[in-house]
Amino acid sequence: MKNATPVIEACNLVKRFGDITAVDSVTFNVLEGELFGFLGPNGAGKTTTINMLTGLARPDAGTIRIAGIDCSKAPKAAQHLLGVVPDESNLYPELSGFDNLCFCGALYGLRKQERQARALELLEQFGLADAADRKFAGYSRGMKRKLTIAAGIIHSPRILFLDEPTTGIDVVSARQIRQLIADLNAGGTTVFLTTHYIEEAERLCRRIAFIVRGRLVRIDTVDSLMRQTDGRHVVRFAMADGAGGLCEAISGAFPHLQCQTVSKESILVESREPVRIGPLVRFIEERGAEVSEARKLRPSLEDVFVSITGIAAAAMKQEQEKRKAGGGV
Amino acid sequence: MSRWVAFWSILVKDMRAYYLKPPNISWGLIFPLAWTGMFFIKSGGGIEDLLALLPGVVAISILFGTTSMLAVTVTFEKKNRSFERLLLAPISLELLMLAKTAGAILFGVANAFVPVAMAVFFTDLSRVAWGAVVPAVVLIAVSSAFLGLFIAVSVSEVFEAQTFSNFFRFPMIFLCGLFFPIEQLPALLRPLSYALPLTYGADILHRGFGGVSLMPVAMDFGMLLFFCATLFLISLRNIKRRWIV
Repeated sequence: MKNATPVIEACNLVKRFGDITAVDSVTFNVLEGELFGFLGPNGAGKTTTINMLTGLARPDAGTIRIAGIDCSKAPKAAQHLLGVVPDESNLYPELSGFDNLCFCGALYGLRKQERQARALELLEQFGLADAADRKFAGYSRGMKRKLTIAAGIIHSPRILFLDEPTTGIDVVSARQIRQLIADLNAGGTTVFLTTHYIEEAERLCRRIAFIVRGRLVRIDTVDSLMRQTDGRHVVRFAMADGAGGLCEAISGAFPHLQCQTVSKESILVESREPVRIGPLVRFIEERGAEVSEARKLRPSLEDVFVSITGIAAAAMKQEQEKRKAGGGV
Repeated sequence: MSRWVAFWSILVKDMRAYYLKPPNISWGLIFPLAWTGMFFIKSGGGIEDLLALLPGVVAISILFGTTSMLAVTVTFEKKNRSFERLLLAPISLELLMLAKTAGAILFGVANAFVPVAMAVFFTDLSRVAWGAVVPAVVLIAVSSAFLGLFIAVSVSEVFEAQTFSNFFRFPMIFLCGLFFPIEQLPALLRPLSYALPLTYGADILHRGFGGVSLMPVAMDFGMLLFFCATLFLISLRNIKRRWIV
């Protein structure tokens, strides 16, 4: 990070829609050059917060300062500093990739030569040079996502808002996008990232805020959050012929272990002390189940998320994917 | 300067993406042709009646071309969220909406001159007061575009934009003195005529093409300007209230 000055300052932000308080007294700062994660389940208030920060929505209470500019009453005052990549690829279907980028550059005042050169550079960087003249409507989902990100950075913004950048795209494209985000941040761009892929946030972000039902429940560095998992030992057992009823038996026989069924074929065993795998394998096999795999797991940010929010991360992810597949917003 | 780069780009993008598409060009040609033909046949008169029909046909061509195109394109962009891109651009809302309406205004003006271009071949237009007709055409296009903007801000679906446009447009054909003189309308309906911008635009066109108008031309221009400003300001207020919530 260049220095430690806050470039986004949100103070006691409140947003109501009728009787529903979508964002409730949210306060946080994002430092210049930081890659900041904003995590929460659907309807937690992530997009509403981004909308307020970028000028697409007005807060009912609270203040917003972007790079020192008070945007609470004048939402457009700092828009020249911002790049926004929404959760849906919303470029113009009838324009080509190149024309879309040039148009987005023009919206930020880039002159013709400048925006054309930058568009070509970005198409090359994002691996879309061959599709530059194709209409956006004909792009694959991954290509659309990449072009939407390129459109968000064509004017080299100081602060980039990324709303679910890798949702619904293939693994290769997602990996490329994560690398691009890391590169942008390494180049000095402040990144505000919302995602439901907790491992993505863990890998990319320095600090993370968890928002649930409109309220910030925790904001901390990834290192501090991960320290919360220190001293926890987790082992995953996979059984070829099913794990039915095993958890109850293990909890009864080993009271110091916590056991949960994670799927039809696997269970997780957790303890504050090191878990001895041998006795557990024997115990399981004595009950007629064959252990196909026993693996020690490193506790992850997902565990922290679950313990802080009480929401299963997998359920959050599934819900999000379902929503995207259904074309919802 | 950078604001005008954005303004120009929005205008050019809209022209390329919507207004200069073959279906819209053919709409711009066929619609005025059909209206001229229909009223020409209905009037039962000769070629000399063509000049009397022009004010109505010109006005209606602008009204239908402009309102529907703008209402539909803005609603379409709002629906697929590409309009958010424009709202995020560092230009004022006023300039943004002027850029969005500029394409529709140009489209409306172009539509207006289709029947005029046809009339050149059939009638003598040497006595037409172009000094009144041209600004009237522009102002009718502006007020119709702002009416389209008002409609776009009031609806959320593309089909609603079409039906809501018709709610205004079809009564205007009969109430604004395009083909039927306002004085011949039932007394109860006449106040409604004076509450519609097209009445004043059509009145200038009648003066420009035929030398006769109901109201003083200065008053017509004043009222048209008043409607343009009012519709634009109401639309801006509604955008701020409904789209930047």
